[in-house]
Amino acid sequence: MPTDSLFRRVDVDGSRLITVTFDDQPLQVPSGLTVAAALLLAGVRYFRTSPVSGEARAPYCMMGVCFECLVEINGVPSRQSCLIEVADGMRIRSQQGARDLPFTASEPVVMEVQP
Amino acid sequence: MNLEPIDVVVIGAGPAGMAGARTLAELGISVVLLDEQVAAGGQIYRGIASASPARREMLGTDYGDGVPLTDALKGSTVRHETGASVWQVTRERQVHYLKDGRVRSFAAKTVLLATGAMERPFPIPGWTLPGVMTAGAAQILLKTAGIGPQGPVVLAGCGPLLYLLGWQYLRAGIEISALVDTSRREDYWRARGHLLKALRAWPYLRKGISLLRALRKNEVPHYTGAEGLQIEGEAQVQALSFVVDGQQHRLPASTVLLHQGVVPNIQFTQALRAQHRWDDAQLCFVPETDHWGRLDVPFISAAGDGTGIGGAQVAALQGQLAALGLARDLGRITPAQRDSRAAPLRDQLEKNLRIRPFLDALYRPRDENRIPPRDDVTICRCEEVTAGDIRRFVELGCSGPNQAKSFGRCGMGPCQGRMCGLTVTEIIAKTRGLSPDEVGYFRIRPPIKPITLGELASG
Amino acid sequence: MADTTSDVLVIGAGLHGLSTAFHLARRGIKVTVLEADYAGRHASGVNAGGVRTLGRHLAEIPLSLASREIWHNLPELLGDDASFVASGQLKLAESEAELAQCQMRVAELQANGFTHEVLIDRAEVFELLPTVAPHVVGGIWVADDGYAVPYRVVTAVRRAAQRLGVVVHEQTPALAITQKASRWHVSTPKGRFEADHLIVTAGAWAGRLAADIGEPVPTYPQGLMLMVTHRVAPFCKQVLGATGRALSFKQFDNGTVVIGGKLIGDLDFDTRHGEVDITRLITSALTVTDLFPHLKHLGINRAWAGIEAFTQDDLPVISHSLRASGLTYSFGYCGSGFQMSLGTGERVAQLVLGESSSIDLAAFAIDRFNLDSSILMASKEPSCNQSLESKPTSA
Repeated sequence: MPTDSLFRRVDVDGSRLITVTFDDQPLQVPSGLTVAAALLLAGVRYFRTSPVSGEARAPYCMMGVCFECLVEINGVPSRQSCLIEVADGMRIRSQQGARDLPFTASEPVVMEVQP
Repeated sequence: MNLEPIDVVVIGAGPAGMAGARTLAELGISVVLLDEQVAAGGQIYRGIASASPARREMLGTDYGDGVPLTDALKGSTVRHETGASVWQVTRERQVHYLKDGRVRSFAAKTVLLATGAMERPFPIPGWTLPGVMTAGAAQILLKTAGIGPQGPVVLAGCGPLLYLLGWQYLRAGIEISALVDTSRREDYWRARGHLLKALRAWPYLRKGISLLRALRKNEVPHYTGAEGLQIEGEAQVQALSFVVDGQQHRLPASTVLLHQGVVPNIQFTQALRAQHRWDDAQLCFVPETDHWGRLDVPFISAAGDGTGIGGAQVAALQGQLAALGLARDLGRITPAQRDSRAAPLRDQLEKNLRIRPFLDALYRPRDENRIPPRDDVTICRCEEVTAGDIRRFVELGCSGPNQAKSFGRCGMGPCQGRMCGLTVTEIIAKTRGLSPDEVGYFRIRPPIKPITLGELASG
Repeated sequence: MADTTSDVLVIGAGLHGLSTAFHLARRGIKVTVLEADYAGRHASGVNAGGVRTLGRHLAEIPLSLASREIWHNLPELLGDDASFVASGQLKLAESEAELAQCQMRVAELQANGFTHEVLIDRAEVFELLPTVAPHVVGGIWVADDGYAVPYRVVTAVRRAAQRLGVVVHEQTPALAITQKASRWHVSTPKGRFEADHLIVTAGAWAGRLAADIGEPVPTYPQGLMLMVTHRVAPFCKQVLGATGRALSFKQFDNGTVVIGGKLIGDLDFDTRHGEVDITRLITSALTVTDLFPHLKHLGINRAWAGIEAFTQDDLPVISHSLRASGLTYSFGYCGSGFQMSLGTGERVAQLVLGESSSIDLAAFAIDRFNLDSSILMASKEPSCNQSLESKPTSA
């Protein structure tokens, strides 16, 4: 959950503020940032919990190597938030433990059975 | 699967990839540059195209060196695909990547791998806590977002990037609680042997001296010879504790930035089963290449930090040399043309490499920060395998990194062993009394970057 | 290393070799196992981990059922459960025609006196597996089947064998094999090994050894590919196969899903490497997202390949040599040997020691093949994919 941020802006560029949600909570963040940078700036302290022990994790490398910054973006889980640019209206969710991807019976069924 | 034919696929838009792609394009060769970032620059020049003049000024002139490279790329005929995540390169040079959620593929006559470096793992107690990041990560935040930490921040480890970040933070008005240096006096003695050669690379040395001087001038507390590093905290970093000359220190911190050098990103060269060797000066595996960056896999070359750490200028030169080599392999220039164009590049390369032995010796990461002596230190962050687990696996007959995967899922999480590979090799080597070359590395298998079942099914 | 003598020399520390060594050692025999790489490096250690009596060739069923007894008694036998989970295995029928095929299969088994495979209808499938796509109409269910982590099984069997005195030499390839006055001599980079009896359990490399000994068998090596996903919330307890298409599918306790189904990769035999090409896994990805649409966003973490020996008739060779004394073969399990290894090891031990057994090995004789030279030539090329597709789910 967003709290007092451990990060602040040190320069001001021309970016405008856009709105995303993180775990259903609206956040105002500058455009042009990666999702990971935007969440850190907005005060998100941890992005996910480990599927092994459940301990909290946050971005470590910011360059697509460590996979600690995995979040769900617009319904797609396990996205590398350090590589994706934030966009207005983006729905972001933290990942709790083993990535949810719950079974939902309502999901449309693809009937493309191979002969 | 639709395979688009092309002369060269270059992977990675850092200095090596940008310079290599441009050189190829100038020779009239069809070249596509694939990179997963939103803009060219790699990690060293990350965000260069969008950074304001003020931000560039704050980051220093070395960062500004990226501008001509990205400008030249823009002015070339290179087809640059951004947001392109390459998940498989075959030995037959099929290159598969994901862009906008769709699978796309090239059938390339030749491939140039310019996948750069990544931070060396820093497995110490508490390094998985939120609030701990690499210095490189912090620098990326500064470059791309203009953001920096507030609240007590401690920089720990060794290597030029650590001092550069400190210097940049000072210029950005970010307060640093302390610089905790793991280099020791004996490291300076060892490095002294390489000093004469290093002096011939004076600009590099002068830069390093001026960084340290700036940090001293701003009275940033600087501890040297720190050992027994330990990050404390429950769900968030609270402090960094360490020992200097037998005396225990504890520095409160909400952000700890770690760095002990960078190592080649060898995911592709390993997956291609190119020959690799252990580089004992740089303490990492490097792919074997010839003078043109050619691997022992036909028509696939590599350039830049992915072939051994040399820095941005070395990378750009290697990228150009590799491009000339491939242009010759493609029959587009004669050997004489290749060699005459290469000669001045080789001179510059030699000059730029002079500093390396000095830096490698001076900033050699300490054993205890690579091979955790404590059994409870997590080494595989994804699957939470500890150093003690690996040593226990060895007792059970685990002879190498690939068996460690089977014993305890080490290296089998989402990062695919990137964050633990070197640590696992070194722990097993030390425990078994063998060399890292004898123990080997993880077998790297595709997908090199994540791809979902749905994306693959639609391919 | 000094020259070593033992009663029995086993070449190949895969599961078949280790299991055979274990069962021999239980009978007081002194065994040495030679392994070119490390124990379980190829098919034994990196297969999909399916413990399956379901869908077996009729000739294999007695060995497979004998193995099943051992799988369910691992803690007593090895002092280790070797990660075996008796999850059951379920072969899905996705159409009425496929269900009719399943019906015929179960009827055929019953006519032969086997009742372990049970036909189940749509309602029973959904009771077992509520998450599967609704087009599934039924299937075959075996409750006592399951899965295990292959390398953990290799390690458990290896350690149990070693506790009984078996000596395993890794990184010790057999360079030359000769028989002098009925005694076998195997030279290796670590010295020469001698024994009265030689057992070849070298998997994909057994064909070469047999040919070197002068007993060619039409067997060919192939790399089988598998892929594993990121962790996902539990949705499937059973191991799954399909009737109309190649599928091997299971979710492990840790949440990862292993997907296979006779997917042939490229093979670099001389460097002992099975190459992975993910583009060949597209059909598998389609099968999985057809059966479980909610998995379309699930990330593939890794694909790999294991090297295995295949034969013309999809059955292994479990046989004394007909050319030499004191020589026994057990190889060519065609990607289905993981489950069988535990029981087969005991049967091979009995064969070597001349003990009687109710399990007949006639179908696995080494002289059953047509040794026409053209077939032998052809068998060197991996060209028999056709027969693989018709095989049921992989082990």
